[in-house]
Parts: sequence; C-alpha cells; structure tokens
Amino acid sequence: MRIACPFCGPRENGEFSYLGDAKPKRPGPEAGEDAVYDYVYLRDNVAGEMEELWYHGGGCRSWLKVRRNTVTHEVFSVEAVAGAGAQVAS
Amino acid sequence: MKYSIFSLARAALSGHKKWPRTWRDPEPKPRYDVVIIGGGGHGLSTAYSLAHEYGIRNVAVLEKGWIGSGNAGRNTTIIRSNYLLPGNIGFYELSMKLWETMERDLNYNTMVSQRGIVNLYHSDAQRDAYARRGNAMRINGIDAVLIDREGVRKMMPFLNFDNARFPIQGGLLQPRAGTARHDAVVWGYAHAADRLGVDIIQNCEVTGFVRDAGGKVTGVETTRGKIGAGKVGMAVAGSSSRVAAMAGLRLPIESHVLQAFVSEGIKPLIPGVVTFGAGHFYVSQSDKGGLVFGGDIDGYNSYAQRGNMPVVEDVCEGGMALMPVIGRVRLLRQWGGIMDMSMDGSPIIDKTPVDGLYLNAGWCYGGFKATPASGLVFAHLLARDEPHKEGALFRLDRFRRGAMIDEKGQGAQPNLH
Repeated sequence: MRIACPFCGPRENGEFSYLGDAKPKRPGPEAGEDAVYDYVYLRDNVAGEMEELWYHGGGCRSWLKVRRNTVTHEVFSVEAVAGAGAQVAS
Repeated sequence: MKYSIFSLARAALSGHKKWPRTWRDPEPKPRYDVVIIGGGGHGLSTAYSLAHEYGIRNVAVLEKGWIGSGNAGRNTTIIRSNYLLPGNIGFYELSMKLWETMERDLNYNTMVSQRGIVNLYHSDAQRDAYARRGNAMRINGIDAVLIDREGVRKMMPFLNFDNARFPIQGGLLQPRAGTARHDAVVWGYAHAADRLGVDIIQNCEVTGFVRDAGGKVTGVETTRGKIGAGKVGMAVAGSSSRVAAMAGLRLPIESHVLQAFVSEGIKPLIPGVVTFGAGHFYVSQSDKGGLVFGGDIDGYNSYAQRGNMPVVEDVCEGGMALMPVIGRVRLLRQWGGIMDMSMDGSPIIDKTPVDGLYLNAGWCYGGFKATPASGLVFAHLLARDEPHKEGALFRLDRFRRGAMIDEKGQGAQPNLH
C-alpha cells in the first residue's frame, strides 16, 4: 500500500502512522457524556471507502486526510488536513 | 461416531476408505432455540457448551463460508494464561484448564502440546514488570517461573544473548502454556457439537435480523432463507461491526489486519513458544517443523485478510535480532487475518441493547487461546441470561462506565494494543 503524500509524492505506508476514522469530531464542553462516549469509543468500522487521518512521520510530518478502501487497501485521494493553506506555508 | 483405538483399527482394515463424515451437513430447520452466527472456534465451542453443559441442543451454527475459514484457521496456535488483570486472569486460566481436558471432552485429537512459553526480558524494568505479572499469576493459582539468563540459555542456547542493545536477561516462563492444532480444534468442536445434535450449517451467510414489533430479535435472514431463533448469538470476530450494524448497533471495535508467517520445515529447534521483549516477535515450531511466527498488527483499519510489507520487514527484523540462527531459513507462507480490536484490548461477552441478541466479540489478536472458555462463558450467558463468573467483567458497557480491562494501558487507540 502506497500513499501519495501531496508534499512528498508516493511513499510506502511504513512512513505513515495511523490515527483512524476522520469522521468522529470532538464534542464541545457542553455536549454531555453520551457524546463524549460516542466520540472516544464507538466506531462505524467501515468495510469499504473511509476517510481517515494519517501522519507522515517519516516525511513531511503533515497530518493527511486519506480516502481509502478498507477491503481492498486502494487509496483514492490524499490531501493535507490543514487544506490549501498548508501548501503555501510549506 | 466415537473415535477410539478400535475405530482406528477397523478403519485401517478397510484402508481408511470407510470413515464416516465427522459432522452432518443438514438443511436448516425453520426454527432453533439458539442460533449462533459464525462457525469459527468460538461459535462452535459455544454450541458445544450449550448442548453439553446447559442441555440446549436445538442449536444451529451458521457459517458464511466453511467452518474455521476465518481467524480460527489463521492464528499462530498459541495457548497460555499469563495475564495480569482481574477479569482476564481467571478467564484465561479457565480456558487453559479446558485445553488440558479438551481431547477427552471432545473425543478428538486437537494436538494440545504444553511445551511452555517464555516471555523474555531485556532490562531491569522489564524484569520487574514480569516478576509482578508472575506473582499475579501465582496468587491466582497459575504456574509461573521467573528464570534468569542462564535458565533461558539452558532451554534455548541459540538465542542472541549478547545483542548489544537488548541483551537477554531472563524470562517469565509459564510451563503449562503451549500450542494446539488450530484446525483440529474447529473440527473437534464440530464433531462433538454435531454428536449432541447441533446443526452446523455452512455456506449460509446472515444478511439481516428478523425482529418483532417490540424490536426483539426473533430470527435471522440468511442466504438460505429465514431461520427463526429464540436467541441469537454473534461470534464473528473480525466482522462484528458489520453484523452488529444489521441490528443498528455501533460497537467499540475497529477491524485491523494481523499477519502471520510460517517458514519451511526444519529439524526440531524451538522447545516451546518464545517472545522477544524488545520488539514484537513471537515464535514456536509446528510438529511439521515449520517456524510459526508473527508480530504487530499492521495498524490501520482493514478487512482485506492480507497485510503490507513494512510489518513483514519489522517482524523479520525482530526475528533476526532475537535469533540470528534463522537468517538462512526461507519463508514458506504468510497471510493475514482480521482482528476485532476493542478499545481496551480485552473481549466483550455480553447481552446487547437489542433484546434477543447476544455478543461475543473484541478478541483482538488473542482469540485462539480463549476458544474453550469463550464458548463456555458465552453459552452460560445465552442459557441463563446472566454472566458466567469468569466473564463477568467483559461487559459491553464497561467503556461507558470507565471499567476498562486495559492490559497494555494504551487507552482507546486500538492499533496500539
């Protein structure tokens, strides 16, 4: 499995660390226990296409949002989490 | 049929051509008291325990492929009970005791071989941690021996004791641990469950749940038609989230891929199981002579049943650091299995919020050794509607209550367990 880093080009997946599904969003301080439980522990655990967060620790050290198929390991798209601004900053 | 020296002699006289089927191939009945989804070790063990311990024999095990085609046939066959935390320690020791009597209980040769496991330590801090673990085991009546460097050398002189960065200082030995023949465990439970009247239905994939007006699960939709059920138990580790989603449930589980490896057959080298304490590498030797080994999970969500090269490299580096003697041995096979990685690294055996649906999941990469106890504890829950005392802490709501069983202390990040 290779991930095409927008800054470094295609690299083997060993250069990257995995955080997980990009969908869960940290709830606000007033959201209550259920929302926090959901955010910390529950997962859709998608079989198929999923957006996820990877960190390119062996390269540019950017956080990346990768759209990948969890059944075939096919990578469809990779973009910097910080968006276009990150590219300018680099 | 019951296997014995006489059945073997009789079959030998006819050139081993008249062995009957080990289990039947029945058509599904319209309704069962209990339907178990998943014909792996845990599902079959559950069905066996339901019939044998709890007298519930109107049971079906539904398997989408062939029995043992998932993780039951993809593990590294290690059995042990060297855990630390309450909840795990009693449960895995119950399992160890069931392994010890399994062949008699099932009337099947599962090749249980108690050759011992050594977890190596490479620093003072690691020795202290293993001393603590060994003490916890002994307090709970489990065998554990802390051995020093020379003790390890006596057992396994081929290890690299003088690794400059991680010299071997000793190890924690559990003499009763060992290995078992994974496929035979599946076949043995199928054999024993079938003799007690359990229907093992292969090529039957569950596609949905049948629910009554109150939301209670009253059966399953399958590729072979609708099957009614008093209770439905899920034992589909690797695919737990997918099956639970059919009932509208989200679980504290991620599916990850774990790779395993077998080398070409070599002469007897490794006496038991040995684990490297400075990297993640564990190895044993099969009866055919192949070295069976593995390491970390790949670390990303996957349902692919195959992994990637960085972990292959990492495992082989661990192997070379621990025992350079294997450097010229060729790799024969390598494969992947899908692990139900729970949020604290421990399993879940509990009722679900959906009435009539019961969950056996979250085995991470440690499900094989749990096979006999998992079946017994899950059968107890299904039969009595209350948890077995050795599975009482494996509750689904423990994450919400903050009652995690976190052996490794990594928090809710499944790829780190």
